[in-house]
Amino acid sequence: MQTKRMTFPGRWLPYALLAPQIIITLIFFIWPASQALYQSLLREDAFGLSTTFVGLANFSRLFADAYYLNSLSVTAVFAIGTTLLSMSAALLLAVTVNRMLRSRDGYTTLLVWPYAIAPAIAGVLWWFIFNPSIGIVPYVLDMLGYRWNHRTSGADAMILVIIAAAWKQIAYNFLFFLAGLQSIPQSLIEAAAIDGAGPAKRFWTIVFPLLTPTTFFLLVVNVVYAMFDTFGVIHATTQGGPAQATNILVYKVYADGFVGMNIGSSAAQSVILMAIVIALTVIQFRFIERRVNY
Amino acid sequence: MVENRPLGNLVAHLILILGVALVLFPVYVAIVASTQGPGEFLRGTLPLVPGSHALENYRAMWEAGLSRAGAPPAGQMLWNSLVMALAITFGKLSISLLSAFAIVYFRFPFRLFFFWIIFITLMLPVEVRIIPTFRVVADLGMLNSFAGLSIPLIASATATFLFRQFFMTIPEELLEAARVDGAGPLKFFKDILLPLSITNIAALFVIMFIYGWNQYLWPLLITTDPDYYTIVMGLQRMTTAADGDPQWHLVMAAVVMAALPPVLVILFMQRLFVKGLTETEK
Amino acid sequence: MARIKLEGLKKTYAGGVQAVKGIDLEVADGEFVVLVGPSGCGKSTLLRMVAGLETISEGRLEIGDRVVNDLEPAERDIAMVFQNYALYPHMTVFDNLAYGLKNRGFKRDEIERRVQEAARMLEIEEFLPRKPRKLSGGQRQRVAMGRALVREPAAFLFDEPLSNLDAKLRVQMRVEIKQLQRRLKTTSLYVTHDQLEAMTLGDRLVVLNGGRIEQVGTPMEIYARPASIFVATFIGSPAMNLIPLDYLRERGNGLLDDLPEGTDIVGIRPDDLHMQAPSGPHLVVESKLELFEAAGAESHLYVRLAGSEQPTVIRTAGQPPVSEGETLRFHVRREALHPFNHESNKRMGG
Repeated sequence: MQTKRMTFPGRWLPYALLAPQIIITLIFFIWPASQALYQSLLREDAFGLSTTFVGLANFSRLFADAYYLNSLSVTAVFAIGTTLLSMSAALLLAVTVNRMLRSRDGYTTLLVWPYAIAPAIAGVLWWFIFNPSIGIVPYVLDMLGYRWNHRTSGADAMILVIIAAAWKQIAYNFLFFLAGLQSIPQSLIEAAAIDGAGPAKRFWTIVFPLLTPTTFFLLVVNVVYAMFDTFGVIHATTQGGPAQATNILVYKVYADGFVGMNIGSSAAQSVILMAIVIALTVIQFRFIERRVNY
Repeated sequence: MVENRPLGNLVAHLILILGVALVLFPVYVAIVASTQGPGEFLRGTLPLVPGSHALENYRAMWEAGLSRAGAPPAGQMLWNSLVMALAITFGKLSISLLSAFAIVYFRFPFRLFFFWIIFITLMLPVEVRIIPTFRVVADLGMLNSFAGLSIPLIASATATFLFRQFFMTIPEELLEAARVDGAGPLKFFKDILLPLSITNIAALFVIMFIYGWNQYLWPLLITTDPDYYTIVMGLQRMTTAADGDPQWHLVMAAVVMAALPPVLVILFMQRLFVKGLTETEK
Repeated sequence: MARIKLEGLKKTYAGGVQAVKGIDLEVADGEFVVLVGPSGCGKSTLLRMVAGLETISEGRLEIGDRVVNDLEPAERDIAMVFQNYALYPHMTVFDNLAYGLKNRGFKRDEIERRVQEAARMLEIEEFLPRKPRKLSGGQRQRVAMGRALVREPAAFLFDEPLSNLDAKLRVQMRVEIKQLQRRLKTTSLYVTHDQLEAMTLGDRLVVLNGGRIEQVGTPMEIYARPASIFVATFIGSPAMNLIPLDYLRERGNGLLDDLPEGTDIVGIRPDDLHMQAPSGPHLVVESKLELFEAAGAESHLYVRLAGSEQPTVIRTAGQPPVSEGETLRFHVRREALHPFNHESNKRMGG
C-alpha cells in the first residue's frame, strides 16, 4: 500500500497518531471478538460456576436446533425481501427522477431524508400504521376482506418488518442508483436511440447493464443492512414473534445471550455471524472496484 | 434527454408523486397522531387530519415523559442523544484523521499490520459480538456513562479509509513546499491538511452524526439507568407500553422529536450528506 | 549567498534502481546553473536531493560551508519553485508568501515588509488578498517565485517551473527569471528538459543522461564542442546530423584525413550545411530534397544524401527557391565537422 513519495521522518510519532484508533479497536473490537471465538468452544453450567471445553459442540447443537434453522430461513426471507423491495422501488424512482430536469433536486430532497430515520423508529412508524386495532392499513385491508394481524400471523409480521426496513433503505439505494445513472454518458443513450431502440429497450439493453456495478454493490450493502442493521426494527416491534416468525439472527443472538444468558450458544451464533460479515465484506471488496487499493 | 414526450412526463410525475407520498406517509401519520387528544385512539381508526393537542402532547413528553412505561422526559433523552451523537462524531473524525495521517505521511514498521487492524473493524459490527463487548465495558466500569455510550463506537475504518483516499489525492509538492517552508509534521497537519480536508470533514460529520444519533442496540445494552437513556432506544419502552395502554399521541410526539434532528441535518446539509454518503460508500 | 558543492552524489532506490550514479559538481556563489536532460535522466532527483526532499544514498553535499546531507529541507537555507507551483490552495497569496517566514519566527512587520517587497518586484501586489484558484497560470507562477524570494535564501532551486505555461508566457517568464537572478545574484540550480530554456538561462549547463553528467560548460561551449553524441543531438534544434565518416571520405578529397584518431561518425549542425560555396576548404555533398518546411525567418530542408539515403536536415535563413524532388548541393566547411566515435559515443580529439 502506497504512502506519499516523501514521508516525514519520525520514530514514535506515527505510533502515537495511530494509538487512539488502535487501542479502541483492540479493546472493543478485537478482544471481544476473540472472546466470542473462545467462548463458542466452551459450555457453562447452569449457575455459571464451571466451564468445560466442548469443541465444536455448540455449533453442532445449533445446526441441530430447529429454532436456529428457523432463524436462518427467517433471516434469508427477510434479507431477500427487504433488498428486493427497497432496491426495485429505489431504481424505479431513480430512473424517473433522472429524466427530470428542473424538478430533479426537489424530488431528490423529498426522497432522501428517510435515511436519517433510525431503523427502530422506522419500525415504530410502520408498527403504528399497521396497528390491528387503530392502524390505517388494516382498516383499508379489512374493507378489502383481509383481516390483518401481525400479532398472530407470522406472514403479516414478516411483511411488516420488511416494509419498515425497506422503507428506510430506499433513500440510500435511490442516491446510488441516481449517481450511477448520471454517470452513464448521454451519448450512449443517443446512439441507441439512433439505432432505433425505444425507451424501454434502451433501459434494458443499455442503462440496466451499465448499472450492473452499482446494482451489485447495492445488493451486498442491502444484504448487510438487512442482516445486521435492522436489529432495531425487530426489537422495537415484533421482538422476533409471533412464534419466532421474525426472529432474525442478530435478534436471536441478542435474545439468547443477553436475555437468555446462554453464553456458549450465543458465542457460537456470534462466530457464525462474523463469518457471514467477513464473507460479505470479502465479496464486496473482491468483486467491486473499491476505493481501497492495497 | 433523447426525447421527453408530454405523456411520458405526466406518468413520470405521477410515479414520483406517488413515491414521495409513500415515503412521507408514515411520518405524516405520526405527526397527525401526535396532535390528537388522548381519547382519539379509543374510537377505532386514526384521524387523518391534525388535531389540536399538539402543544400539550409535546410539552408533556418533553417535560415528563412516560413514567409509567419507564421512560424519562424526552428533553432529557434528546440531550443524551445529542451528547452521544456529538461525542461519537468528533471521536470518529479525530481518531480517523490522525490514523489516516500516520498511514499516508509516514513510513514505519508494522504500518500494513495497523492498517489491517483498522480494516478488521469493518467486519465486526456490535451485533456480532454483543456479550463479550458488554463484558469489557462492564469490567471497565463504563456502564451507564457517556464514555461507555460513545468511546467503544468511535473506531472507524470507513472514515480512516476516506481520509486516506483524500490525502492521497493531495499533490506531493504541497508537502514538499511545506517542508521547505519549515513545517514539521504536526504543523503541516494543522496548517495544510486540516484546512484542505474541511469539506470531507463536514460531509463525514453529517453521516457520522446520523449514525451516532440513531444508535439503538448499544445504548440498549449498556444503559440501565434512565438518566442515560437516549431518545431512539427510549422509544421502544414507550411502544411496548403503548400497545397495552394506548397513549399513541404521546409516543408519536416522541417519535417526531427523535426523528427531527437527523432529518433536519440532512435537509439543511443535503449536498454534504450526498457527498459523504457516496464517498464513504457505506 | 553560497556555493553548492556536490561530491559523488548517488541515489539508489529501495528496489536497487540507481537514479543518480555519482555526480560531482560545484556551483559558484551567485551562479545560475541549469541541469538539462531527457526525462528519466535523474535531473529532478538530483535537484530534490539538493533540496532535501530525497535522501542522499552516497556522497557529500555542501551548501555554503556546511555539509547538509542530513539536514531537513527547511534547515538547508534553500527555496524551491515547483513545477505545479504547489501553492497552498486554502491560503491567500499573502499567506502563501508569509507561511515560510512565520514558521521561522519572523516578526510580523518584517514579514509584511518582505512580502510587499517581493510582491512589488514580481508585480503581484494586487493579488495578495486572493486565493491561488483565482489566478491565471502566469500569476500563480509569479506567486511561486515570490514564495522563494521572500525567504532570501542562500540558493534557489527551480524544478521545471515554466513547463505548465503556454509557449508565449514561457518565453516572457524565462526572461524575467533571468533578470531577477542577475539582480539578486542568488545561487540558482534550475532543472529543465527544454534545451532552449537551458541555453538561454544558464551561466553554465550540466547535461545529464542516465544518471551521469555528460558535459558541463557554458551554453556556447556545449553548443560549439559537444563532448558526446548524446550532447550533440540533445542540444540544438533541429538536432545535429550524424553522418558516417566513410560516406564523407569518398567525397572529401583529402580534407578529412586530419580528423582525430578513432573518428567514425561526423556531426554537422543543420546550420552548417550551406547552399553557397564558402571561401576556404570545404566538402560538398549531393542530396535529394524530400520536404521543404518554411518557418518564417528560417526554413528547414529535409533531404536524403545521394548514394546513402541518409536523412539529413538543413536550416537556412529566409526561403530559398527550391522545390521538393530537386537535387541540391551543400557545402560544409572543415571547421564545422564534429568528430565522434560511435562505440564510445565520445567526441574524438578532445
